[in-house]
This record gives sequence, structure tokens and C-alpha cells, in this order.
Amino acid sequence: MATDKVIEGAADLANNAKALAAQAEALMAQVNQLAGQLASQAQQSGGGDSFVFFVMIFVLSCFVGYYVVWSVTPALHSPLMSLTNAISSVIIVGALIAAGPADLSLAKVFGFFAVILASVNIFGGFIVSQRMLSMFKKKTN
Amino acid sequence: MSENLSAFAYLIASVCFIMALRGLSSPVTARRGNLLGMAGMTIAIVTTLASPGVMSFTMILIGMLIGGAIGTVVALKIKMTALPELVAAFHSLVGLAAVLVAAAAYYEPQAYGIGVAGNIPIGSLIEMSIGTVIGAVTFTGSIIAFAKLHGTMSGAPVVFAGQHTLNALLGLLLFGLIFWFVGDQNAGLFWMIVLLSCLMGVLIIIPIGGADMPVVISMLNSYSGWAACGIGFTLSNPALIVTGALVGSSGAILSYIMCKGMNRSFISVILGGFGTENGGPAAGGEDGDKTVRRGSAADAAFIMKNAGSVIIVPGYGMAVAQAQHALREMCDMLKAEGIKVSYAIHPVAGRMPGHMNVLLAEANVPYDEVFELDSINRDFPSADVAFVIGANDVTNPVAKTDPDSPIYGMPILDVENAGTVLFVKRSLSPGYAGVDNVLFYRDSTMMLFGDAKAMCEGIVNAMDAM
Repeated sequence: MATDKVIEGAADLANNAKALAAQAEALMAQVNQLAGQLASQAQQSGGGDSFVFFVMIFVLSCFVGYYVVWSVTPALHSPLMSLTNAISSVIIVGALIAAGPADLSLAKVFGFFAVILASVNIFGGFIVSQRMLSMFKKKTN
Repeated sequence: MSENLSAFAYLIASVCFIMALRGLSSPVTARRGNLLGMAGMTIAIVTTLASPGVMSFTMILIGMLIGGAIGTVVALKIKMTALPELVAAFHSLVGLAAVLVAAAAYYEPQAYGIGVAGNIPIGSLIEMSIGTVIGAVTFTGSIIAFAKLHGTMSGAPVVFAGQHTLNALLGLLLFGLIFWFVGDQNAGLFWMIVLLSCLMGVLIIIPIGGADMPVVISMLNSYSGWAACGIGFTLSNPALIVTGALVGSSGAILSYIMCKGMNRSFISVILGGFGTENGGPAAGGEDGDKTVRRGSAADAAFIMKNAGSVIIVPGYGMAVAQAQHALREMCDMLKAEGIKVSYAIHPVAGRMPGHMNVLLAEANVPYDEVFELDSINRDFPSADVAFVIGANDVTNPVAKTDPDSPIYGMPILDVENAGTVLFVKRSLSPGYAGVDNVLFYRDSTMMLFGDAKAMCEGIVNAMDAM
């Protein structure tokens, strides 16, 4: 008698557990779905916000540029031009992405030529700046 | 490389670029600055190569080798006097690269994460168009600047009736095309924008004359930065945005300094045609019976040898004659006699900002003997001799006295206050502004007619013989 009751109770318990598991599973799915929604929402709002974020970077960089460039001594304005020229070739970043994919495409060809042009500038710009700067010497005596 | 890691690497690259420019505040730290710039560039390139989108490296490697080889050879071979042309040529490459990257982004937007071909978000299209327009204008504008500086094309302003109206109309047309392109995403429209911008670049630069080139070069420098910035927005790449903004503001500040050095507004430089229409009346009329005191190299040698201090005022003529080495030799002899020698540089001397400083540095003139306008002007009254070599307008006192003169208000080097003024010049012809220099006819002035280099050599020989 007692064993029967125990078995019955155990079966009940098992059933309860099963139902609970099913509920948990459903909850889990819901959570997943919600998380997915949240993530995509975050991404979307991130997409909108990222423009503002880049504008912030842009404006702050302009200010940094303004103060840094005013502190450049006028004697070095020529090297300043060749150096800024060299670093503006960081546009090669875009060219590399275009030239990067495995398959040949029109974009890859554009990327290839852009890589050449930017490389001319990078090497040429830095070397000519270095050449110029190495000529600026103090009085020897 | 994870997205966060690469963003961090781009940040480091940007900081390197900022520090590179910061290094230029003094010749002592400048070389370290340049090295930092190289480091920043390496970081940016490696980071991009490690990104998941870049899978094939053959073409990249070939491209970098070709470009690197060309750049290296050119940079090592170029003469320092040809520097302005070189910089103009380099600017055009950045412009063209920006156009190509924009084209790649237009044809393969998924590589940059900006939608799919034919369905690119409007924001990206606008950013792309801006990058393209500025890039294309920089490209052709720099080619024209290069041709003018290199002498392939006359440095004289090219002006024609209705020029500004035409430019304005083309600008409006361009605006309309962009509007259409953003709505339509048509490839034909994209290339029409490119072509029209190229045409604009030519038209903007042709009316600007030779001596305004410092402004033009700085302006194109600035444009190449903004083009990089526009592409940076398209690609959502912070390193490109930061660098573009740095370069853009740098060029803008240099343009401002150059305009101020000529007391002209940026707009009037851009509109061009300077020195063509208003040169005649100022120069003509009164100079018929004026006399000048001519001198020989021996006279100049005698005067300078008996001086206590000499201030050298170099100008574009020195660059043309490549006289910097001969000049330094002359100054070495003066210094050996115990004469104090210093150099005075006008902000717009030469064809690019800081042009004279580089040429003097090339001739081994120590940079602490070279002074800017503000710091040297008070030394002229105590100087016995001002030796003006290849400069003209920047010494003309008319800029202070005659409100009708086209150069009125321009800051000048006060060579008139020196005991004797020696002008090395080919002829009495007026300078770029078309204004006669009243100093030529003063009693304290001696004109040394001839080639700048030959004259310096002549003076050296004469001093040797004394």
C-alpha cells in the first residue's frame, strides 16, 4: 500500500517535472526570441546611432587637427604637406577591402588600382618627408 | 580579427597620426613624428588585411609592390626644387584613389556592409557621392596645379567670359545629379558625377596664377583630406575619418596662413585672375625717368664684407635659379669674416608653404639662422645689408603706403629699413602682382642684375680675390 502511494507520488512528480521542463523550454524559446529581437533592435538603433557616433569622431578630430596643426612651426610647413599627404593615403584601407574578395569582380579591379595609387603615395610621401626632415639641422658649432 | 580588436587597432593608428603631426612642432622631434606616421600606416594596413573580408592577397601584394616601388624611386630621385610639383602629383593620386574606392563600394556594397548592389542605404549613397566629388575635383585640380608648377602649362591665369557663371551652373548641375543618383542608384549617373567633378576640378584651378600656388596646393591638400573623410563615412571606418579630418583641417589652416600672408581673401584667390587686369596702371605712367643704381658682384662683395650683419631674403627666384647652395657658400664666407648672417622668410615665398625653408635646409643652412617674418622684421633697422635674392613683391613698401595698390595690406619684410638693400634680379620687371617696386629706385638700393646663382658665385669669387 505504502509502496503504491510512493510510486504514484513519484509518477506525479515525474509528470510535474516533465511539464515544468516543457514550460522551461517554452520560456527559453521566448527568451531566445526576445534576445534576437533585442539584438536586431540594438543593431538597428546602433546603425542609426553609429552615424552620429562617426560625426562625433569627425568633429572632435577636426578640433584636434586644428590645434595640432597650429602648433606646427612654419619652417616645417612643406614636410607637413608631404606628411599629411602620406597619411591621407590611409584610404588604402578602403582599397584593400575592395581588392580582398577571392572572386574577380569590377570592384576588385578598382580596388587593385586604388591599392597601387595609395601605395605610391604612402611610400613616396613618407620617404620624401623623411628626406626633407633629415636636412633640417641645428648649427654645428 | 574581431571587430572590437580592429576598432582598437584603428584607434591606435589614428593616435599615431595625431602624434606624427604633433612631432612637426619642432625640427628636433619631426623625424620621430614621421616614423610614428609610418607606424600608424602599418597598423592600419595590417588591421585591414586581417579583417575577414580580405581573403586573397596576391593582387594586394602586387599592387603594393608596384605602387611602393614607384613611390620610393620618385621620392628618392626628386629634386628639392621640384617639391611643389611632387606634392601636387601625390594629391591627385589620393583623389583618384578615393574615386576608385567609392566606385568599388558602389559595385560591391556588401563587401563594406552597406546593403547590396542596387539597394544601398541613402545615407551611404550621399557619403559616397561626397567622397567621389571631392576626390575627382582633387584629382584633376591637382593635375592642373602640377602642370602649372612643372611648366607643362603656363602659370598665367586662364580666364574667359562667363567663367564664374559656368562654374556655378556646373555646381548646380552636380548637385542635381547627386540628388538623382541617390534616388535612382544608376551606374551611369555615378560616372556622370565623376566626369562632371573632374571637369569642375580643371575649371576651378585654371584661373589661379602661379604665385597663388601656395594657396592652391594647401587647398588641394585639404580636399584630399575631406575626400578620405567622405570615404571613411561610407566605410564606417574611424581611422579614415580621423585622418581625413586631420589632413583636411591641416590643409585649410595652411590655406588660411597663405591667404593672410598675401592679405587676400580665400574667395578672391579661388576666383583667380590675379595680376592680370590691375597690373598696368600701378606700374606704368610714373617710372619713365627713374634711375636705378646698378652694381656688380664685386661691388656687392665689397659692401657685404664691410657690413656687421646681413639679412638674406630669398624668394621664388632663388628656387628657379637653384641658387641655394651658392648662396650658402657666400654666407659661409661672410660668417668666416665674423659677419652675422640671418635669413628672413616670408610666409608666401616660393610655390608651397615652407618651400624656402626646405631649400635652405637642403643647402645645409642651420634652421636656427632662419626666421619668420614676425621675428625678423625688427632686426632690419639694425642690419647693414638686406640681400634680396629672387624676391620682389614681399619687400615692396607700397603694401603699407598705397591703399590703391593690389598688394596693399600684405605683410612685408621691411628690407627698406636696412642700411643698404641689394636686389639680385634678372630685370626691373614687376613681380607677380604686376606692381612696380619703389625700392628699386631708392638711393640705398643697389640692383645686381643677373641670374641668382651666377651672381652668388660671382660674389664668392670677388670675396676670394679681396
